Amino acid sequence: MKNSFRNGFHVLQPGFGPAAPAKTASDEVYPNAAHSYIAKEVAAKTFQDVNLCYQCGKCSAGCPVRDYMADSPNKVVRFVQLGLEQAALNSTTPWLCAGCLTCSTRCPNDFNLAKFMDAVREISIEKGVKTKEKEISSFHEAFLRQVRLFGRSYEAGLVADYKLNTLRLLQDVDSAPGMILKGKLSVLPHKVKDRKTIKNIFGKTTHKKKRNG
Amino acid sequence: MADAGLTYGYFPGCSQKGSAREYEMSLLKVAGKLGIDLKEIDDWSCCGATSAHATNHRLANALAMRNMLLAEQQGLETLVAPCAACFNRLITTKAECRNHPESKKDVEELLSASVSNTTSILNVIDLFDKASNGLIGSGRVRDMKGLKAACYYGCLLVRPPELIDTDDSEQPDSMERIVKATGADVVEWNYRTECCGAAHSISRRDIVVDLSKRIIDDALMHGANVIIVACPMCHTNLDMRQRVMRRMYPSHKEIPVLYLTELIGLSLGFTESELGIDLHYIRFNMPNEIMNQTAQA
Amino acid sequence: MKIGVFICHCGENISRTVDCPRVAETCEKIPGVEFSIDYKYMCSDPGQKLIKDAVEIHKLDAIVVGSCSPNMHERTFRSAAVAAGINPFLVEIANLREHCSWVHEDVESATQKAIELVRMAVEKVKRDKPLSKIKVPVTKRVLVIGGGIAGIQAALDVANAGYDVVLVEKEPSIGGHMSQLSETFPTLDCSQCILTPRMVEVNQHPRIKLLTYSEVEKIEGFIGNFKATIRKKARHINEDICSGCGQCVSKCPIKKKAFSSFEEGLAYRPAVYIPFPQAVPNIPVIDESVCTYYRNGKCGMCVKACDRQAIDFDQKDTMMVADVGAVIVATGYKLYSIGKQPLGSKYKGYGEYGYGKYKDVIDGLQFERIASASGPTSGEIKRPSDGKEPKKIVFIQCVGSRDPAKGISYCSKICCMYTAKQAMLFRHKVHDGEAYVFYMDIRAGGKMYEEFVRRAIEEDHVNYIRGRVSRIYEENGKYIVKGEDTIAGVPVNIDADMVVLASAMIPHDNAPGLAQKVGIPYDKYGFYNESHPKLKPVESTTAGVFLAGACNAPRDIPESVAMASAAASKAIILFSSDSLEREPVVARVNEDLCAGCFYCRKVCPFGAVEVRDIKDMNGVVYKEVAYINQGVCQGCGTCTATCLSKSIELAGFNNEEIFAEIAAL
Repeated sequence: MKNSFRNGFHVLQPGFGPAAPAKTASDEVYPNAAHSYIAKEVAAKTFQDVNLCYQCGKCSAGCPVRDYMADSPNKVVRFVQLGLEQAALNSTTPWLCAGCLTCSTRCPNDFNLAKFMDAVREISIEKGVKTKEKEISSFHEAFLRQVRLFGRSYEAGLVADYKLNTLRLLQDVDSAPGMILKGKLSVLPHKVKDRKTIKNIFGKTTHKKKRNG
Repeated sequence: MADAGLTYGYFPGCSQKGSAREYEMSLLKVAGKLGIDLKEIDDWSCCGATSAHATNHRLANALAMRNMLLAEQQGLETLVAPCAACFNRLITTKAECRNHPESKKDVEELLSASVSNTTSILNVIDLFDKASNGLIGSGRVRDMKGLKAACYYGCLLVRPPELIDTDDSEQPDSMERIVKATGADVVEWNYRTECCGAAHSISRRDIVVDLSKRIIDDALMHGANVIIVACPMCHTNLDMRQRVMRRMYPSHKEIPVLYLTELIGLSLGFTESELGIDLHYIRFNMPNEIMNQTAQA
Repeated sequence: MKIGVFICHCGENISRTVDCPRVAETCEKIPGVEFSIDYKYMCSDPGQKLIKDAVEIHKLDAIVVGSCSPNMHERTFRSAAVAAGINPFLVEIANLREHCSWVHEDVESATQKAIELVRMAVEKVKRDKPLSKIKVPVTKRVLVIGGGIAGIQAALDVANAGYDVVLVEKEPSIGGHMSQLSETFPTLDCSQCILTPRMVEVNQHPRIKLLTYSEVEKIEGFIGNFKATIRKKARHINEDICSGCGQCVSKCPIKKKAFSSFEEGLAYRPAVYIPFPQAVPNIPVIDESVCTYYRNGKCGMCVKACDRQAIDFDQKDTMMVADVGAVIVATGYKLYSIGKQPLGSKYKGYGEYGYGKYKDVIDGLQFERIASASGPTSGEIKRPSDGKEPKKIVFIQCVGSRDPAKGISYCSKICCMYTAKQAMLFRHKVHDGEAYVFYMDIRAGGKMYEEFVRRAIEEDHVNYIRGRVSRIYEENGKYIVKGEDTIAGVPVNIDADMVVLASAMIPHDNAPGLAQKVGIPYDKYGFYNESHPKLKPVESTTAGVFLAGACNAPRDIPESVAMASAAASKAIILFSSDSLEREPVVARVNEDLCAGCFYCRKVCPFGAVEVRDIKDMNGVVYKEVAYINQGVCQGCGTCTATCLSKSIELAGFNNEEIFAEIAAL
């Protein structure tokens, strides 16, 4: 318990939940959680204060993907409210979020949790945190690579790219020929003419690794 | 023949040119017959879909806004976005740029253009429920009686309520109104707005199969013989993923999944292959009552 | 005129930024000022003595005090002036704290400003005229609006103190929501058993005039002298003849057309009905909207059944007027409905809980009826849909309450307690039943309240789960309740037989309407505002109108009763003398100048302006002028500012005084 008091401030001991790594006990703690990097960054990206959440759990109760999550959605919000950056960024919950907006729709205090999850995910990418939900992050990367190249999603290329990156070569292998036969998986990409603008957008928005603010 | 005489911009979205080819086929057929002119945006690009907003919100805003900007430049005041996900991306970006000038400024810089951000966005339900009031009934040549439809809204056609001009995000009724206009019956069921797992379709197929199976089972339990959708993602998860369900659950009972536009197309007299219904994984068999009608006609 | 100036340091509150000795020195030089001094605490006893002594020694005629806001201590210094023999209206306060020291930092300029403020007050006080208090008579009768437990308590207290009471209740019987309850927390005593004796006492009390099935139409007048117009709705039963035998009720052929509101829609009632067996008065009412006679002129079964000819189909609403000196508003609450709300409503319904379409998803009051021995199931716990005994009940707290997205930010305060009680009652009545309570926080502040909740958990094994429920839907006759235990961090889905929602307490729909008739302010929800949240909790901001019970904010029975007794005692205090003294700061019309345009009448927020006829020697009216009722006028000055002919003057603030003040600057 040597870390429980530092500079006269009470220090929180994280380590709850399977996603919170144990090593972060002293690095993670902010005397004033509302001014922590993670809380401020989330607020800047979502235009809402994380303290709007009063932890009723209605979001988790209605989350369709809840059964697959180690940390409940409201717990990830709690991590951010407490300034527990590592716990929030290492949680797989934001990656499992399907973005269905059920939580945001039903939140009694109008906290847009789906937007919050987008922000946490984005911050973890910015900070180079590798998620354990590798398949999900690889899919997003593969998808955006197609869009960067062609301006549109090219499903055959996407599937090939994703499979190469995740080595899940055999999944859905049975559906691909059927899709091609039905004309649903075109063999050649549809390209956008003005690919310069698309490249430009990607070039200006791609995350460069950020340091702690 | 009824003629709405309406012209809208049309933002197909990537799926419409591939895995949801039949959605576009049926939409264009039906719109043509009802006198709705859909002008495809020239050189449209991907809206960014889940992958962009899930990982990079500035990219997501710029990709979505590029299409609304093209619409503005091409003189299209209203855009029809049949894909629920595209529709949601467009309205979300539009709202963010309206409510937060800093976001609008950022997007304008990324696109090197100024944006007036006034394009109206319609989804397919809006198009048939509001824009073409009563047209389906008047052009109907087939009564789709005998179909017991479970109208599946999924997530992105009804949420978030503050951005969507829906009658109700928890207990909506607009798709049912359209389906009833084709003569089909609707069933009351519980999973109309529960998520199918959406973009996890490829990366976490296990989740999508679980969630979609629950939706399908609930529809069946409430007596449906067809599920109606208005989203390519929902269709993939509910239709194509039934193959996996069949393998995993030997007792799985199949149910065909039609796009809303396909159902309307059938009632307007198009054949199943004209509408691309034969491209589905789960075969759709027209109930006898409807077949007999066709024979008489 | 000799004026004294007294500058207060207010500890350091004023002297920190204002050089008080210098202000006192400088002000001594203002013409007319005879004496000037500063002191650390002018409001203290030595400070007041200083004023009195100065008045005596220097023969002062008027005083100016440079101190805190007049809201704070004007009364103190006026009393000191009276004790020293000066008219209290020859005292002026220069606000050197709120208007000066607290809002400035620079000592030099703050001191200059303080001197200017005192100079202005000196110029005004030179022109002030001595005023004396106005006396108004008091009608020693109270109007109590609302016959729930708060109204009953207030009426009995006032009546037992020896004053007359008019008790108006809009329903056919008094008793309010308390008469619907089964057992009450934290003692589990039967609600009706403790309430009905009070209801009977009200009915039999010689000093209480009980008007049920009646509504207040309009209230005019002012403290001590209100005139209330009350609409007595047609019962279609002659109350003087009816014996309450109930023959008409049992013979009425309308059996399943109208739901009983007393049974919260869980049972039907005939077209002619008595809301519940213990109703006071025990006289039926005919509901025109379902009665066959009013639909086609036929039937008349009740007429045949009544051997006293008490049925009167032609009875009309009647108006009556009551003169009262005080009003106690005790109109109570209603429950928020999860149903789909009409367009433009300030509330939103719970679509995620099915908007009330599931028959076995009920609210707290409905459960009270089901658990009540006098209820539709005779106290046996049964589902409304099929009459089966539920084995698994989920109670959900904070439905509507603490849910800004649905339009209600506040805590309804009583739900934690009644939910614990209801879960307990269920466990007592259904021994093999399981009770689950979804809560966000347990708010059990109150005598024996926390112990009561612990008893539900520890002895009656009610399962408390911390978390809000996201969705309820029906599946195979069960209600799937989707929740999350936020303490364990695990999803909790329960297949319940019945769900009880602790819906928020909200004001009645017509609460704002009544407030406008009575002339009292209300908050954005429609709850009536108290005059001061701590020190005047039962007074409204309108003199002579008091508040009791849940019309002011969510309250439980003991709080409503305490508040009712407090409101009653406020009315009794008002009646302790035969006339009331009012501040003389009122407007007066110069009848010679008045042009009779009556703009003043349009702008007066208190309805104090009347029309007075001016007659010539032969008694012929030749002019109409404005007349301001001194009892009603609150001295706001709106009429004075509006008057085009400058013929209205506000005592204590006339034009000469105000202009002198401005000119001094």
